[in-house]
Amino acid sequence: MSDSTPNEGNLPASGPAVGRDEWVARHAERRLMRGGRLGAVEERLRAVPWWAWLILFLAAASLMPAVEASGYVRRVGFDTVIFMLLALGLNVVVGWGGLLDLGYIAFFGVGSYAYAIFDSAKFGYHLPSLVSIPLITLFGALVGLVVGLPSRRLSGDYLAIVTLFFLELFETVVLNGDKIAGHDITGGANGILNVDPLNAFGHSLAVQHNGLFAVSYYYMALAMFAIVFVLLRSLNDSRTGRAWRSLREDSLAAEVMGMPVNRLKLMSFATGAGVAALTGTISTALNASVFPLNFSPVVLITIYAMVILGGSGSQSGVVAGAIVVNVLLQVLQNPGQARVLFYLVLVGGVALAFRLSRRLGILVAATLAFGFAVRAVAGAAHRSWVDGAHGGTAHAVSDWVVVPVRMATWVGPTSYGLLLALVLILTVVRSQAGRIALLVPTIYLAAFVWENVMLPNPGPTRYIVLGLLLIVLMVARPNGLLGERRVEIV
Amino acid sequence: MSTFIQLTVDALTLGSVYALVALGYSLVYGVLKLLNFAHGDVFMVGSFIGYGALQALGGPAKPAVPVWLLLVLVTLAAMAGCSVLGVALERFAYRPLRDAPRIAPLISALGASFFISNSMQLLFGAQQRDYQSYLLSGGALYFRGFDVDQVHVPLLRIITIVAAFVLMVVLWWLVNKTATGKAMRATSFDREAAAMMGIDIDRVIVFTFILGSALAGAAGVMFALRVPTFAAVGFTIGLKGFTAAVIGGIGSIPGAMVGGLLLGAAESYTAGYWTTTWSDLVVFTILIAFMIFRPQGLLGRADIRKV
Repeated sequence: MSDSTPNEGNLPASGPAVGRDEWVARHAERRLMRGGRLGAVEERLRAVPWWAWLILFLAAASLMPAVEASGYVRRVGFDTVIFMLLALGLNVVVGWGGLLDLGYIAFFGVGSYAYAIFDSAKFGYHLPSLVSIPLITLFGALVGLVVGLPSRRLSGDYLAIVTLFFLELFETVVLNGDKIAGHDITGGANGILNVDPLNAFGHSLAVQHNGLFAVSYYYMALAMFAIVFVLLRSLNDSRTGRAWRSLREDSLAAEVMGMPVNRLKLMSFATGAGVAALTGTISTALNASVFPLNFSPVVLITIYAMVILGGSGSQSGVVAGAIVVNVLLQVLQNPGQARVLFYLVLVGGVALAFRLSRRLGILVAATLAFGFAVRAVAGAAHRSWVDGAHGGTAHAVSDWVVVPVRMATWVGPTSYGLLLALVLILTVVRSQAGRIALLVPTIYLAAFVWENVMLPNPGPTRYIVLGLLLIVLMVARPNGLLGERRVEIV
Repeated sequence: MSTFIQLTVDALTLGSVYALVALGYSLVYGVLKLLNFAHGDVFMVGSFIGYGALQALGGPAKPAVPVWLLLVLVTLAAMAGCSVLGVALERFAYRPLRDAPRIAPLISALGASFFISNSMQLLFGAQQRDYQSYLLSGGALYFRGFDVDQVHVPLLRIITIVAAFVLMVVLWWLVNKTATGKAMRATSFDREAAAMMGIDIDRVIVFTFILGSALAGAAGVMFALRVPTFAAVGFTIGLKGFTAAVIGGIGSIPGAMVGGLLLGAAESYTAGYWTTTWSDLVVFTILIAFMIFRPQGLLGRADIRKV
């Protein structure tokens, strides 16, 4: 999938980050074409229309359950599609409208709870899905409209805060919703259980099939994704989409040009909210339950990371971001896979930074030697300092990294803090020799911290990685993987 | 009447903590026009540093130094540690984005907040840390104090409130009476013009972060002297502090103080007279009403934009 249209988005992947004047833009354009075969291939790929990419992607995604039939993989696939949908919705608000909506996840919650209330045994309503899903989507959009109303007078960060408060409000209401004036509406912390599966024309779609997660939900979500993708895409290509973009670039200028700025903001808000609510219905139908904790700020930040990583503003970008981030989170949960990923990233990063040069050789040799030396010293001092690793990759690595059987409590925080300090110093050191000298202990310490502090605690580790990702992306590459380069003309 | 006095003391303690946090938001917003989402987490780190310092000095029951010195040292340690954290945040998460579109530093701040709170959880676990301030000098800080209309006001509360006000006065003096403070005010008025007048903008901004973070550190200790602290507390307190800053008028120093006290009052009176479940709801509703009807806050200037 490529978002490029003939006039925009054709800028190359490398080059200056956030440009500040026209010259930068032109400079980027000059570097557009690669020479030789590679350039020709690149141009060909760009010429492929977006719908061809979409079809290709959908075909590949539909094959996934056939290739790997385990329930776990299906489940992860389904969750990824849900995140893809959520990212598409957030992209409308953040990427196109340029509004920082920190209450986005609450609309997902509104959709989820609305579905759970109207399609479960709790109140005895069992609306057919074909009625409830469109209704709830509309309802979500309406709530978005109402929450967006204050945005008429607010810009930027104030809007962010009002929406964040809306999220807090939503959480408070849902969490205490079992005693609203004596009525139990949301089930409080226990949530709502026994929610109906999706149904059509009297047949309900089973969630489990032979004890295995039913693949039909995966295809359902995928179909929904395709519909939303195409609809949003055509919306973006329309008059409204163009107006949104001008709003994002400079809302004052847009207003001066006679655009109904307030209405446009509300529209983008409501559209995003509607998509989120729609996603909520499918996800709740599959989970058959809904809990307040599903809509915490943690989920919000995860979706933001997806949109930012992929490149806000680009539909294909945020979809790619959703896939990458969700798979990353899954991988990080499994210590074995996480370990492999970590060393791949470490080695890959170093190799990319230094290419094939003598410096790379020196660095690798020095790091390896450093590791073995430290391990030898620690091992000579005390056996239990180096004997705490088991099996597989861990075994190979543990001959190099010090992995104590049990660590004193101060070692974790100290090594972590030291690692942070080293990394931060590295970013400001300019001389090559100094960098290499610092990199050796940094890499070793990173491996130490990873093995001893982070791997045993996958929960916080996942979110630390996400938080870092957001900062580093913003600083290094705000346009994300596939985002369009923004040029601000001052 | 006695309930009222009790609640007023609560309001003052809570409010002074909120005010200190709000000041950090206000200072940074004034100079950088940046909403520092990670500020609440700096506050949380402060309360943890304070806990560490307290334990290092022998714990609350048998401290190695006199109690007054213990309190001062613990607070100073938290303030110093938070200043370092604040400077690091500014240098690595915000400075590279100073000229980027405004949404970029906000997202970076979100990432930083997430990073800090989860790092603390990774290193120190999710469990609560209790200062056990009732053990300080055999509980004297609690059973001593004033009695007003059958209500006992513990000494520790009074110390906290007074210390918060002293810090605020010191801040006011720094900003209004010193050369650096003048540079800060100039920078927040017009950064480019200030730079042209020879003010070192980077230094001013770093100084602002030091001030704001130090106040957050002190607030962290004051908060944790009253109730246990934990790694996720920063989010809520940060939100409350920000609310206070907005109610008072963001960018205005007296505004942040007034906003903090008002918020503390609203929260504790709601909880005392009406409902504890929905007290947050009341706070948020107040904020949203302010956002809509008086976005410049109580003491803030209306934002006039020249094009």
